[in-house]
Amino acid sequence: MTDVVMPQMGESIVEGTLTKWLKKPGEHVERDEPLFEISTDKVDTEIPSPAAGVLKEVLVEEGKTVAISTVVGRIEEGAGNGASASAPAAAKQAPAIQAPAAPAPPPKAPEPAPQPIAQAAQEPQPAAQADGDSQTGALSPLVRKIAREYGIDLRQVKGTGGGGRITKQDLEAYMSAQGARTMAQAGAPAPSPSAAPAAPTPAPPGAAPARPAAAAPAASIPTTPMPRAEAPRARVEAMSTMRAKIAEHMILSKRTSAHVTTVHKTDMTKIAKMRERHKTEFQQRYGYSLTYLPFVIAAAVEAIRAYPIVNASIEGNNIIYHNEINIGIAVALENGLIVPVIRNADEKNVTGLQRSIVDLSTRARSRQLKPDEVQGGTFSITNFGSFGSVFATPIINQPQVAILGVGSVEKIPVVVDDAIAIRSVAYLALTFDHRLIDGAVADQYTGKVKSILENWAEEVL
Amino acid sequence: MREMRTCEFRDLGRAGYAEALAIQKQLVEQRKQGLIPDQLLIVEHPHVITLGRNGHRENLLASEEVLQRAGIEFYPSDRGGDITYHGPGQIVGYPILDLREWKRDVVAYVRAVELAIIDALADFDIHAGRLDGCTGVWVNGGKVAAIGVHISRWVTSHGFALNHTTDLNYFHYIVPCGLTKPVTSMEALGSRAGRDEVVAALVRQFAKHFQFEDYTGKNACVTTMETIS
Repeated sequence: MTDVVMPQMGESIVEGTLTKWLKKPGEHVERDEPLFEISTDKVDTEIPSPAAGVLKEVLVEEGKTVAISTVVGRIEEGAGNGASASAPAAAKQAPAIQAPAAPAPPPKAPEPAPQPIAQAAQEPQPAAQADGDSQTGALSPLVRKIAREYGIDLRQVKGTGGGGRITKQDLEAYMSAQGARTMAQAGAPAPSPSAAPAAPTPAPPGAAPARPAAAAPAASIPTTPMPRAEAPRARVEAMSTMRAKIAEHMILSKRTSAHVTTVHKTDMTKIAKMRERHKTEFQQRYGYSLTYLPFVIAAAVEAIRAYPIVNASIEGNNIIYHNEINIGIAVALENGLIVPVIRNADEKNVTGLQRSIVDLSTRARSRQLKPDEVQGGTFSITNFGSFGSVFATPIINQPQVAILGVGSVEKIPVVVDDAIAIRSVAYLALTFDHRLIDGAVADQYTGKVKSILENWAEEVL
Repeated sequence: MREMRTCEFRDLGRAGYAEALAIQKQLVEQRKQGLIPDQLLIVEHPHVITLGRNGHRENLLASEEVLQRAGIEFYPSDRGGDITYHGPGQIVGYPILDLREWKRDVVAYVRAVELAIIDALADFDIHAGRLDGCTGVWVNGGKVAAIGVHISRWVTSHGFALNHTTDLNYFHYIVPCGLTKPVTSMEALGSRAGRDEVVAALVRQFAKHFQFEDYTGKNACVTTMETIS
């Protein structure tokens, strides 16, 4: 008889609560198999059995707290009469999970499980039996059964139990190693259920790196380390939170709004000249350069006053006209995109707008934005021209109903009063929600933005 | 004499409770077999209420039907501790460590996890501490991080849940950890820190308190939690 005691789970611990017996009296237990659970301070711990045999006595009931080293149960060692007791346990393990390790019966492998197992049990297995009697020492019925089922040559297995005895864990470790080797060599999908969802299929969205384990049933035979044994055909990486949110927002917007984009060619020559005139002085006075963007924002805001429906949103069957004009500015980050908001943009002049752009985009890139600085936008502007795009069709930033895209400003030859002239031209692309905004209104609005920019008169400095 | 100890860090991003559990189980098996070094998983769960093995169902204040309507999953689990809630805005950490390579002491383990969180919070000017007899991390009587651990052959699983920007209203469905004490979050405590910064601080403190000479980032894609418009 072996005493099972309440173990000491740490220096300062003097007692433990036995929360659950994982075996019933009379049941067979392997050495190191979880026997009971204890609980200390939010930690649940499975305690392995100190010996193989039959759990004879349970001295401490579930829910009782006892001092460490208290005998909580007794195990009768010796595997001889364990046949009947171990049978159900073995049957539980049996469902052909670990087929890959068995080199012996390849033609039988794909067949449904019950038949081959029965056959295997009846077939004479000289190798396994001979081993059992010779140098491997006494083998438990469970070990014999597993070895027989999977056709394992026990001479190949290193025993770590008492006196070099082969335990169930030794067999499992051996099978895992074999399984890994087989897979590495063949590269063929093993018939094991846990192999099925392995890498080759394109990763489903949100798939985590260790995905292959997901479908493996939690049998006590461990799964083979598949991700390591297989040469990867693709790299799986979990989406960052930001990426997942961008993805969600983009699809939500496409599902929500009826996107239409209209493009107006805009002569930016006046603005270009004004920038040229003030460039140096502006830089000296404010410490950052004057770009085209604040002019576009100012024009877009002024045009919103004429066409407030562009600054609206839809709620059910209601149109919400926003009294504030809060302009979201798309800022590209290293691995994503964020849209900080210039609040009350209609109250700012070009210099003030330029300052807001510099401030918000700098803090966006250093991740210093406050939550309320990326909320409450009523209209958005995206400046893809800064990356060289001539024009693009942006996606609406929900729950807004329009977004203005600014293409790059380029000098091109144009016909002015039947003469060819060189002008600085940009394409303004307005994507609008056709549920709310008709094409005519969208073009009137964009035309208004164009006209403000083309006839810019106000001095900046 | 001491070997170099390494911890692999993976940010799983958003993952379902069951999915993360399956990943944990596989890693625990591999860890037991010595195939991989210690692991630290960071994950954000969708709304889910989990009940520890020794938890009391009466601490669930809503019927499963109500939960279902609110879009909250209910999941009995094998970790220690009572009932708790996980959801968006919470930073959940699952350390999978072989304690034989650190200290064979489950209480010391829990205390070290608490300390790592407390020190990480200090980086954001939040002065957190322990509360005698109440495992977890507390600030002014409110619980900011919960802990529940499972250990098998000295290999840890489950872990901690730090309320970062968690919507605390969801805790009204339960009596958290069976305690009638309030819960709080970093956001509620006035912190504007982004998720990436907090995760980075947790990883750093974790490495310090468990004496990892080295931790390797896997998919350590950390980003802000702010609304991306």
